[in-house]
Amino acid sequence: MFARFEKQIPKLVLAPSFSAVLIFVYAFMAWTVYIAFTKSTIMPMYKLNGVLQFGRLARSPRWETAIENLFIFGILFIVISTVLGLFLAILLDQRIRSEGALRSIFLYPMALSFIVTGTAWKWILNPGTGIEAFVRSWGFSSFKFDWLVNPDFAIYTIVIAGVWQSAGFVMALFLAGLRSVNQEIIYAAMVDGISTRRIYTKIILPSMAPVFMSAVIVLSHLAIKSFDLVVALTGGGPGYQTDLPATFMYAMAFSRGDLGQAAASATVMLMTVVAIIVPYLYSELRSKNG
Amino acid sequence: MRQKILGIVTAVTTFISAGTAFAGPEAEVLHWWTSGGEARSAAALVAEFEANGGTWQDMPVAGGGGDAAMQALRARVLSGNAPTAAQIKGPSIQEWYSQGVLADLDDVAKAEGWDTLLPASIANHMKCGGKYCAAPVNVHRVDWIWANADVLARAGIDMPTTWAEFNSAAKTLLGMGIIPLAHGGQAWQDATVFETVALGIGGPEFFHKAFVELDMSVLGSDTMEAVFDQMRIMRGFVDPNFSGRDWNLATAMVINGEAAFQIMGDWAKGEFTAAGKSPGKDFLCASTPGAGYLYNVDSFAMFAVKGADKIAGQKLLAKLVVGESFQTVFNLNKGSIPARIGTPLDKFDYCARQSAYDMEVASGNDSLLPSYAHGMALRGAQAGAITDVVTNHFNSDMKSSDAVKALVAAIKDSL
Repeated sequence: MFARFEKQIPKLVLAPSFSAVLIFVYAFMAWTVYIAFTKSTIMPMYKLNGVLQFGRLARSPRWETAIENLFIFGILFIVISTVLGLFLAILLDQRIRSEGALRSIFLYPMALSFIVTGTAWKWILNPGTGIEAFVRSWGFSSFKFDWLVNPDFAIYTIVIAGVWQSAGFVMALFLAGLRSVNQEIIYAAMVDGISTRRIYTKIILPSMAPVFMSAVIVLSHLAIKSFDLVVALTGGGPGYQTDLPATFMYAMAFSRGDLGQAAASATVMLMTVVAIIVPYLYSELRSKNG
Repeated sequence: MRQKILGIVTAVTTFISAGTAFAGPEAEVLHWWTSGGEARSAAALVAEFEANGGTWQDMPVAGGGGDAAMQALRARVLSGNAPTAAQIKGPSIQEWYSQGVLADLDDVAKAEGWDTLLPASIANHMKCGGKYCAAPVNVHRVDWIWANADVLARAGIDMPTTWAEFNSAAKTLLGMGIIPLAHGGQAWQDATVFETVALGIGGPEFFHKAFVELDMSVLGSDTMEAVFDQMRIMRGFVDPNFSGRDWNLATAMVINGEAAFQIMGDWAKGEFTAAGKSPGKDFLCASTPGAGYLYNVDSFAMFAVKGADKIAGQKLLAKLVVGESFQTVFNLNKGSIPARIGTPLDKFDYCARQSAYDMEVASGNDSLLPSYAHGMALRGAQAGAITDVVTNHFNSDMKSSDAVKALVAAIKDSL
């Protein structure tokens, strides 16, 4: 009797959180997808209306800008953060003095919220108060750095701030990876007189493939859901030139009373995430089972 | 055991319902008047409500220019627990009405004579299916142009009465190294400037056809293209650093003489007076070039509630909100003017009296129009579709003809 009860305990303990996740994550996800197929405006409506909302989305120039921005921001943010993080990690791995202090300095931006990062960079990049004004005050009166207010370049300021925030975190990931590489192989390679560059490219980096994977997964979900950074840094402006899908969705749902459109954009975002995560999970699970 | 539980439940319910037996008028009010002058204005209403024997349950939701409050309201209504009243304005009132959740205030309105006290076009916003369901609090005029009196005197220019005059004045100012137009590059501010230009260039009838009736032939007309042309000219009159600036920082630029003009609703006046400037002397106010009057009216929509004390509270609230004393105190604090016609204005300043006079004139000749940029003319999705085009045109090198095409396409695609 008691033994049977004991067998059930894990299930009992897990049940509340399991059902909470089931309702508050998956059920609401399904609800959102459903709403995307209705004509809901300020309040949800439940009469199905086909793919109308997705048609509107496809024709919306603002959504097009948001998607373009997501690609520009996402790719640059992931690539630059990874490369810079790896570079910093390799430099820090050279058994230098006061490594601990340096590591904290590089990791520190991660402790800030994106809102703080965004606001600080807004001041730094603002031509009237930041770098441009500063360099001009030295006498270079033709110096120009107006990316923040230039509709064609504003999206890159978000990349700058995002990389500043996340590169340190990627560095920490890679540093841990570097330290876990079997030192004996490296010593053996050194004894054989192989150059440091080749040790890195042929031995150390290939053995860190899982670290690359984690870094890219963490960074890509940061990129897709990034919202607060845009809100704090540019507010989506100039115009809507720095809108991302998440800010688009927020504007439709909460300032415009266009729930159907918001749900449709959320559904597209969900599909994007699924398209990245599912192959990853599939390969992970298969390698474990296999 | 079961009997016992049932007994306790019954006892508790009796106790609770005894506690809620008629205890005088009661109102739970959802609003987002949480900052400085606005909070003082709201406090005036609470004091008056309580002086009349009511119990006020405050439900302020700060943030997002009301977005957060709307979110809270939606959750409350969906769960079948609507507040007595909520700060909702313009076409949103009709949207809530179509959900079947608003109350009928017609008996209060009849007793108080709202039909004669309120300008007809404003009263129409307050009616749901011909019956009053909301009460107006104030009237903000949107089509104001503010100027630094000293800068204008030095440049030797008067307040412009046509957009051509504005353009030539702006060129003079540019020559003097003064920023002609203080502007903040946020979508709603772009939209505010756009609608005053549209009213000035197209006139009241054009404005009504375009932004209230959404007449496609007017939206796609040459006049609309001329409006976008003027917007392109005005893009040259703002400083290069205008993106994302808050409106009150733009006002500060006019106050300290860095810039000459600002186009902004009458809430900007509060910034001038807070800086110790007096209207007519340090700063000038005038309607933007052209005829007409664009209003932005705050109001309380009344939700269908159950219980005698709540309904009594709702009626008392409606009566007080349109009453003379509240309309005076509230609007003195907020910088707007009373929605109630004939409220004595001797405590109000020169700009407010001008606004009240213009409102009566405009009401007489069909040029009292709802502001589209401030959510009075259209539903959120449609207004947003226009604003997207306006802000994209203003912040890029889009041609006016393309902007007109984009405008028509965006409206066709909005629900």
